[in-house]
Amino acid sequence: MDEEDTRDYNEPCVQCSDVNWGLTDEGKFYCKSCHNVIERTKEVLVSDVIPNTKIQSISKGLRKRKKIDKGWEWYVCEGFQYILKKQAEALQKLGVCPRMKDEILCSFWRRYLQKSKQAYCPRPVNDTPQELVVSDSATDVDSEPERVSSFDLSSFSGSDIDVQTERSFGQISSVDKTSETMSVHSGSIDGSSYLRKRRKENVRMSMPMTLSFCYMALLWLKEPMTLSDLLRFVAEGHIPYINAFQYFPEEIKLYGLDLRIFRVESWPKYEDVHNKMLELATFLDLPRFPAITDSCFLHPDMLCIKYLMEANLPDELHSWTCRVVKKTGVGEADFLTLDAENKSARKVNYDVISVAIIIVVLKLLLLLNDQYEWVLSNFAEERNKKNKEGRLWFDFRKWYKVVKKSVDIEQKKLDEERARCLWKCEKPLFYSAKQKAVALKRRQMIQSLQRQFDALTDSPQVTEKQSPSSFQLSWDEENPDGSCFHGHSLEGFLQEKCNLHRPMNPEYWLCTVKLCNKKICGHLAHYKEGDFSKSYQFILNLFSFLLRVDVSLIHEEVCLIEHKLFSARLHKSKKKSKPKKVEIPKGPGNTG
Amino acid sequence: MDGFVEQPAPREEWGSLAPSIHLPLLPCLLHHPVTRGPKETEFQKTKEACLNYIQDALLQNQWQRAAEFMISYLEILETSTVSKRKTAPEAIWRIGTEILLHHSKSNIEELNYFTERMKNLGVKYYLKVCLEHIFYLLCNGLIDEAYQNLTLAESWRYGEQTAAQNDELKLIQAYKGLLDYYNWSKKREAMLELDEENFTDSSEQEMHNFFRQAAVNLKEIIKIPGVWDPFVVSYVDLLEFYGDFDEAREVLTEYAYNSKFPPNPNAHAYLYHFLKRRGESKKSLVSVLKILHKTVPSHELMLEFYTMLKKSKKDKKRRLGLEVIFEVLDFAGWKENVKAWSCLAEQIKQILDNSNKHLDWVKEEWNSRKDWWPAFHFSHYLAKRNWQENEKLAYEKALLAGILLGKDCKYYKYVLHQGCKAKKKRFQTLKKFVKKHNSAYLRITACSDSSTHL
Repeated sequence: MDEEDTRDYNEPCVQCSDVNWGLTDEGKFYCKSCHNVIERTKEVLVSDVIPNTKIQSISKGLRKRKKIDKGWEWYVCEGFQYILKKQAEALQKLGVCPRMKDEILCSFWRRYLQKSKQAYCPRPVNDTPQELVVSDSATDVDSEPERVSSFDLSSFSGSDIDVQTERSFGQISSVDKTSETMSVHSGSIDGSSYLRKRRKENVRMSMPMTLSFCYMALLWLKEPMTLSDLLRFVAEGHIPYINAFQYFPEEIKLYGLDLRIFRVESWPKYEDVHNKMLELATFLDLPRFPAITDSCFLHPDMLCIKYLMEANLPDELHSWTCRVVKKTGVGEADFLTLDAENKSARKVNYDVISVAIIIVVLKLLLLLNDQYEWVLSNFAEERNKKNKEGRLWFDFRKWYKVVKKSVDIEQKKLDEERARCLWKCEKPLFYSAKQKAVALKRRQMIQSLQRQFDALTDSPQVTEKQSPSSFQLSWDEENPDGSCFHGHSLEGFLQEKCNLHRPMNPEYWLCTVKLCNKKICGHLAHYKEGDFSKSYQFILNLFSFLLRVDVSLIHEEVCLIEHKLFSARLHKSKKKSKPKKVEIPKGPGNTG
Repeated sequence: MDGFVEQPAPREEWGSLAPSIHLPLLPCLLHHPVTRGPKETEFQKTKEACLNYIQDALLQNQWQRAAEFMISYLEILETSTVSKRKTAPEAIWRIGTEILLHHSKSNIEELNYFTERMKNLGVKYYLKVCLEHIFYLLCNGLIDEAYQNLTLAESWRYGEQTAAQNDELKLIQAYKGLLDYYNWSKKREAMLELDEENFTDSSEQEMHNFFRQAAVNLKEIIKIPGVWDPFVVSYVDLLEFYGDFDEAREVLTEYAYNSKFPPNPNAHAYLYHFLKRRGESKKSLVSVLKILHKTVPSHELMLEFYTMLKKSKKDKKRRLGLEVIFEVLDFAGWKENVKAWSCLAEQIKQILDNSNKHLDWVKEEWNSRKDWWPAFHFSHYLAKRNWQENEKLAYEKALLAGILLGKDCKYYKYVLHQGCKAKKKRFQTLKKFVKKHNSAYLRITACSDSSTHL
């Protein structure tokens, strides 16, 4: 204790010329060799303004409070670790395999920390601000090995909080010193440098990235959860994302630049999370993922069943989707399995591709040119009127009316729900300590006003959280009003030739004749609403609602599937140099 | 643009005839006119949507629904956009007040609670919030609460913000003055009811205190150009009670004639009434009403103005009287006013009886109205209705119709027929009178015809 306080005073004693200082009970300096008391007190070093010993205790108290106010010394990656842990726990609650958290996600995370040289390496870079190094190089070096060992993430569920507590208290002396030199740009140590430095080879963590991690882990385990499901659960609040920082321990203080890292004011974007996942997989140098075979949930054949059910389409369509999958080769494990090295087979959106296949099948059978499907509907309606017994023929018009009605209702509900969504949590965010009082006051004000209006409404629906479901629309087969089309037959659209069923419809139209270059214009195809038939637009919108992705994303995938399906013919017609016609005379639908 | 480039042929053909096109300068670097600025976050988008839902709900009087969305919209106060954060409190205040004013479960306490919070939230319009709250209290008859709030608001100090809201502060003070006046007039009533002996010195003192407080504040506000009707009226009432007529006259004259003040018909009316109360000369009264007539020819004081003018000996004033009464009847509000019609009828009768001396006045007035008055006043439909609803009105109008439009006029004919059928004596005299003055009708129309031909 004495040594620490007298260390910086290196003047030799006037009496014995020795440098061996100690402190008296009153805090005065005395020479340990000759017991000579000099006119110098301990506090002078700490603060020039307070020479009075009586105020010492007060100033000490202030300093301590500041310490607590400052919270722990923490790194941005630690924050993300908390969030990942919470997300993994939430996923586990939703029924995901328990291996995901402690085995898969944790090892991905460790690998990430190592690859990005934040931990598990001889000397972590990028996380110690310059000021720290300048202010006290000794503590810096001292803390380094300690730091690596502290990242002993044997598992997320382990006592990592304790590890950090220990570590942080061990470093209080350094926090103290750095707190004065360090700028107040962020609560975390590396908040400012985190945003500033952007290394090409490095993949930076961000909030959407946490979901990429989760999705990657789900994919590794071949869990029956698509990316659109995951994002929907996030939006519905079943997985922590918005305000995930509120789960941080009290001592992790967030302000300044940290807000730009952890504050979320937008829902995650499907493509963004997906692309980040691919980027991450490459960065982590992961081996080929477990193969997606036709027994997996993510295989198009399986997903098609799900989406056919959800869209209230006849089960019989499944055999047609399977044929398209087989013909186009999108059901092969090589195509579906994520492999960071195999660039051609990298970007597969399992949900979107399945939906696109269904749309292509509908186009094959019903053409969807705003005419043919209605003609078929007339036939089906007449036939259903005459033959009350036996299976009903699928009537597109009736289906449209039923589905449109309930999608409109659900869409309205969703829009309202989004408008009602509360973005802020009880823990207000503020840029600097100065704004803290204002932010807290504002939060209190909002809460009291919210309580007031809540008392006015006293509706329980606001607080009630709907339980997670993988289906957004459900159709009851038992329902007597005939609003369920699962059991309807496709007889009306098919004709038998040489013992084979083939569609009556002899034509097909392509969404686009030529695919664009993704590298140049960013998309394979472009969607402009007015260019396409109303039926096609409706079906795109229906699936866009179900997956909560952009319409153009589905459209692009439809174009891709079409081109795979018709590649032989397109190739042939190119040779004949007659690519201008959009209609292809005959659909090949029947491959069986 | 391509069109300009790919037209070499006609250019040659036209050669010197076609003027060369002057192309504007292009910027050194070509760039697309993209709207820049930070992308709107989903937080903002959802709050925007939320606001739309609230507005829809408010328009459809769905207060419950509006309150539900309000819970979520309150978060806009925490937005990270600076510009939004500035405007958000006011929006919250206005919407919240609207909901609380109409919601079935709301009451005065709820609104008071909300207002207190709003005062804390927005110092920028603190006094505005106070004022509106005071209006609300006054509308609900809570005079004492309102007065307390006024006193509190008056003493509010918040650095520069106090200076920035000086106008609102003046209003606060003025309303406080108004409430002082209200208390004063209550005391006066009490005093008038009691005998003078029973009216103690202390209550007289109290009353005088109210007067002083009210007078100081009211005097301040009416110095600023604006429309201050209630303040002016109460101030003048105070002054008149204590016999300070000079000050009252000065205030009213200033209020009516200072060109910095926005035009305000009431100001002239107040001045007129004051002068009338003071028993001022006809001349000064007429001059006040003359100005009022110019700004509001349909003012209710115009009949009074007419009566003053018709008594005058000068032709010019009597001519003006005719103009005033004609103009009054141009307005739909006077359409069925018997008094105005009988005034006009009386005036015209007088002119006719006066050997048609001023018939040209009538001609001039009629000239601009002959196109539309028949349809406006003298239609067959109106004849029926007037006859059913008000016989006197029908009589006066029929007389005028007979003279101005001749005896073939539908209105005249209908009313006369009905009148004769009912065997009313005065309709017989009416018939005779119109017949007698048929020449006047001819002269009016002839003259106006010739004028139109010119």
